[in-house]
Amino acid sequence: MNEPSARTYLFTGIALLAFLGLTIAAAYVNLGPLNTGVAMAISFAKGALIVLFFMHIRYSKPILWVFVGAGFFWLGIMLVLAMSDYMSRGWN
Amino acid sequence: MTTATLQAAPQPRPLTKPTYLADGKTIRSWLLTTDHKRIAILYMISITLFFFIGGAAATMMRLELLTPQGDLVTSETYNKLFTIHGVVMVWFFLIPSIPTVLGNFLVPLMIGARDVAFPKLNLASWYLFMAGGAFAVFSIITGGVDTGWTFYTPYSSTYANGHVIAMATGIFIAGFGSIATGLNFIVTIHKMRAPGLTWFRLPMFIWTIYTTSLILVLATPVLAITLTLMALERAFGVGIFNPAMGGDPLLFQHLFWFYSHPAVYIMILPGMGVVSELIPCFARKQMFGYRFVAYATVAIGVFGFLVWGHHMFVSSQSIYAGMIFSILSFAVSVPSAIKVFNWTATLYKGSIRFQTPMLYALGFVGLFTIGGLTGLFLACLAVDVHVHDTYFVIAHFHYIMVGGMVMGYLGGLHFWWPKITGRLYPERLAKLSAVTIFLGFNLTFFPQFILGYLGMPRRYPVYAPEFQVLNVFSTAGASILAVGYVLPLAYLLWSLRWGRVAGPNPWQATGLEWTTSSPPPTDNFEKTPIVTEGPYAYDAQAAEAELEAGHA
Repeated sequence: MNEPSARTYLFTGIALLAFLGLTIAAAYVNLGPLNTGVAMAISFAKGALIVLFFMHIRYSKPILWVFVGAGFFWLGIMLVLAMSDYMSRGWN
Repeated sequence: MTTATLQAAPQPRPLTKPTYLADGKTIRSWLLTTDHKRIAILYMISITLFFFIGGAAATMMRLELLTPQGDLVTSETYNKLFTIHGVVMVWFFLIPSIPTVLGNFLVPLMIGARDVAFPKLNLASWYLFMAGGAFAVFSIITGGVDTGWTFYTPYSSTYANGHVIAMATGIFIAGFGSIATGLNFIVTIHKMRAPGLTWFRLPMFIWTIYTTSLILVLATPVLAITLTLMALERAFGVGIFNPAMGGDPLLFQHLFWFYSHPAVYIMILPGMGVVSELIPCFARKQMFGYRFVAYATVAIGVFGFLVWGHHMFVSSQSIYAGMIFSILSFAVSVPSAIKVFNWTATLYKGSIRFQTPMLYALGFVGLFTIGGLTGLFLACLAVDVHVHDTYFVIAHFHYIMVGGMVMGYLGGLHFWWPKITGRLYPERLAKLSAVTIFLGFNLTFFPQFILGYLGMPRRYPVYAPEFQVLNVFSTAGASILAVGYVLPLAYLLWSLRWGRVAGPNPWQATGLEWTTSSPPPTDNFEKTPIVTEGPYAYDAQAAEAELEAGHA
């Protein structure tokens, strides 16, 4: 597979800085219940750029996609089971 | 003679290269080595030192607990002692023990490779481990930490005195050593197996090291993040866990146990791997249900990630989450039981030899079973309320960690000692020490089940006078246990110089590591081995016939 060029790194870096700006801007706008969702969406986009381009996953073999997928799946386990506590505390 | 017999006890070619021990005698040649076998020795020496640091703290605690009054150390010192004991034993002995010592030595040998996939990273892992250890020792020497090994917030992040951040930094750094080791093993096992060595021909030890490595890579970063967040709150007042600053203390416990419960499996799975090598060898039998044991290994690794909330049943965690975690905790006992039953079935109609490694293996099976079954008590929501934070919990996890893992480590160390050093240890003394450890261990920890059930809380130097008799039993057992641990240190060191020369395969064991000389040459094998059959090609009937012929 092709390795990313210096241009790709540069654009990825610029995109990350743009998202950083967006994060800061979003912090000054009260979106009510959307606050967390918007912040998480921006974070996810930043993370995806890093994983795909800086960590070369975009250019890697499928087995590495499997391992990355497993990592996110495990993160999901942590979030879902931890949320099972937070979401159901009020039921008592 | 059949082909199977030939493959069961292969003879090595005469050595043309120096052994790994003779390949460089200077300190520099050891400290800059990239040979997995030498790195294993570096780890062995390091974790032994840490074991005695952690053991010294335990000795002080047991001495203090001889009497109900706090007359040897103050409560504050006692807090620091159990913290030192926990931190050092968990992160600087138990977690690295089998993976970094036996794993480093054996993984390439067992899969027919020259080294691990990333030899330099392997050495870097040891330096990270030692750097982490240095931070931990620094924090101990300069005043210690009194948070317990769990660093619960907001105590650790706000109120605790002592060098909490230095200790956490040590664990953080050592954690990266663990991640690098896990990554190294995963890539090595995927990419460097000898021709013909398919997944279901792998020795069970490799399956357990592989699963352990996956857990190391998936769980350890969460610990690093959690300790970093705790340090940020402590150093800069960032409100994450402290409710006074808008944080949630239970978030710390969720994150901490998301790592630390799987860490239990990091500790016990490699011990299971060792036992799975020892039992077929000393019963001279194929492993019963090999594939099921392999699947059970992976299942334990996966289920181990789903049960952490059982540490938090009385923490004000939602009762509904508690119910989910309770059910999942019961589920993890299924693959563990599969292993125990399969080891037992392997013994059935075997030609059993009670040599030292086998004594440790049998001890492991019995003690792990007690530890596992008492774990079910704790997984039960209502019972846990009664025994939470009592000596029942201490006894339970020591049956797993010490009765299981340390027995596994010592069994493995004795089994592969002839391969590592080329020398045999004195068998009678070794058997004596195995029995001493077994008896000392039970005398130390069984009374603690009763103490806990009767209500003696953990982590207090002062206790009600009616608990004294059982505490005296426990301390007496600890002194026997200590003798049992010092004995192997003495005779294994003795054997380095005066032990009988072992030869390549003193146990007539199968497995690629026994096809090369003892100690192996730096490159492990003269020629890349080719594997044509599954592991454990033992024949119990032939072994019995051989024994009878020997006695005739």
